[in-house]
Amino acid sequence: MEERPLYLTSTLLYGFAGLVVFFGVWFVLPTTGLVPVQFLPSPITVAERVATLTTNRFAGATLPAHIAYSFTRFISGFALAALIGIPLGLLMGWFRIVDEIAGPIFDGLRFIAPIAWVPFAALWFGTGIGGPIMIIFAGAFPPCVINAYRGARQVDPRLIEAAEMLGTSDMRMMTNILLPASVPSIVAGLRVAAGLGWQSLVGAELIVASTGVGFMMVQAQANVATSTVMSGMVAIGIVGLLIDIILRWGEAAIRRRRGLNA
Amino acid sequence: MRNRKAMVGLGAIAGVVLLWFALTRWFGIIPIGRFPTPGEFWDALKQIELRGFAGSRLHAHALHSLRLIVISFLVAVATGIPLGLLMGWNRRAEALINPVFMLIRPIPPLAWIPLAILWLGLGDAAKVMVIWFAAFVPSVINAHAGVRNIDRSMIEAARMMGTPPHRLVMEVIVPAAMPMIFTGLRLSLQASWTTLVAAELVGALVGVGFVLNVAQQDIFPAMILVGMLTVGVLGWFTTYVLGLVERRVLAWSVQGRA
Repeated sequence: MEERPLYLTSTLLYGFAGLVVFFGVWFVLPTTGLVPVQFLPSPITVAERVATLTTNRFAGATLPAHIAYSFTRFISGFALAALIGIPLGLLMGWFRIVDEIAGPIFDGLRFIAPIAWVPFAALWFGTGIGGPIMIIFAGAFPPCVINAYRGARQVDPRLIEAAEMLGTSDMRMMTNILLPASVPSIVAGLRVAAGLGWQSLVGAELIVASTGVGFMMVQAQANVATSTVMSGMVAIGIVGLLIDIILRWGEAAIRRRRGLNA
Repeated sequence: MRNRKAMVGLGAIAGVVLLWFALTRWFGIIPIGRFPTPGEFWDALKQIELRGFAGSRLHAHALHSLRLIVISFLVAVATGIPLGLLMGWNRRAEALINPVFMLIRPIPPLAWIPLAILWLGLGDAAKVMVIWFAAFVPSVINAHAGVRNIDRSMIEAARMMGTPPHRLVMEVIVPAAMPMIFTGLRLSLQASWTTLVAAELVGALVGVGFVLNVAQQDIFPAMILVGMLTVGVLGWFTTYVLGLVERRVLAWSVQGRA
């Protein structure tokens, strides 16, 4: 933009320099005592803490066990959102009356942050597994609906007309025409949904759960165990990144097969 | 056509309210204590606005949360957009900052809440910090992408006519990146509300999230509903205001006219 792109070596050098400054400052502040260690543990302390937590329990379980609890909840809520959201989006895309009825209700609910469902989720489904799943659902549901709807509305009209001419029923129209044609849009929606669902899960676990990475962080915060809080952040970041990488890879594979540019 | 759509929409919302009466009052299908009846909701609304709940009256809670959102959002935007523009414009700055940014980005803003409480306590400063994180990342990403997607020929044309650098930035780069920046702002705003509500649910002394928190602990479903609807109304209101600003700023573009 400003000039020609940098050479690969300079990009790597600059990137390395940036990381060195970042970790350098983070390392120097606590080790020189400029900032108390309880306030900001150095990256090495955090790394050691992550290693300890893989075998030692904190807040009732080891770090991998907490991750497993969180991930199970995430998959359940995410699957539920996809299983209900995608068909609803397709229905809204095909039947105008469903769109007109569900649209305003959906638009109204959209402005309520998913995390605001926490009190009702706890009241209705408890704090064990049901409550957090409902929060993930609240976070992941809207992108599933919106993208299935958009996908269904953007199907090539020629395909629909051809199918209509052959006397296709509404049901088959949705499963055999709209669904396959809107797969790229739906997968893009699933990626957004996964990101929002994962972050809603973390929020829910901070507030109402009794296991999971979020719960571990809140317990650590109450005990002023900053290195454990930061270990939780690292774990959440890595799992979230892995989920995104897997879905991105799936999205690219589907787009390639469709002959769309990835 | 438009009329029919509005009619069905209104009908749907009236249907929901009717269904609410039916399920909670007339037939009692939803057991008492699970979801409030419309009467209970109204009483809770009167109680919080007239006598106060969780330490303040409703408008005080709402204004407190709204003020936090506006302040933090503006700070995040004022720091995020320039950084994104810089990264889009200057390859060296991009190469320097991007790896660090990529490292921090996967951590959801909500995961910063415990750390923010450890660092800054339960007051407003911790909320400003987490909302800043929530709104900062989308601002940077979209400003960055906005600059990257500018049509090169526009910049070259401006250069050819001898536009000095500061005018090039202010009159070509920034306006051309503006539509993308506004897309980022809408995402930032949504993330800000989610984060604030979560932070206030985890620990606060005032605010709509705190109302939800106390209502949950008191098992007071009507007040939970009041809190949720307040969150919804505030979220809608800020999005509406942002939309007005967008239409003003982007009056020249397709996005602004839509």
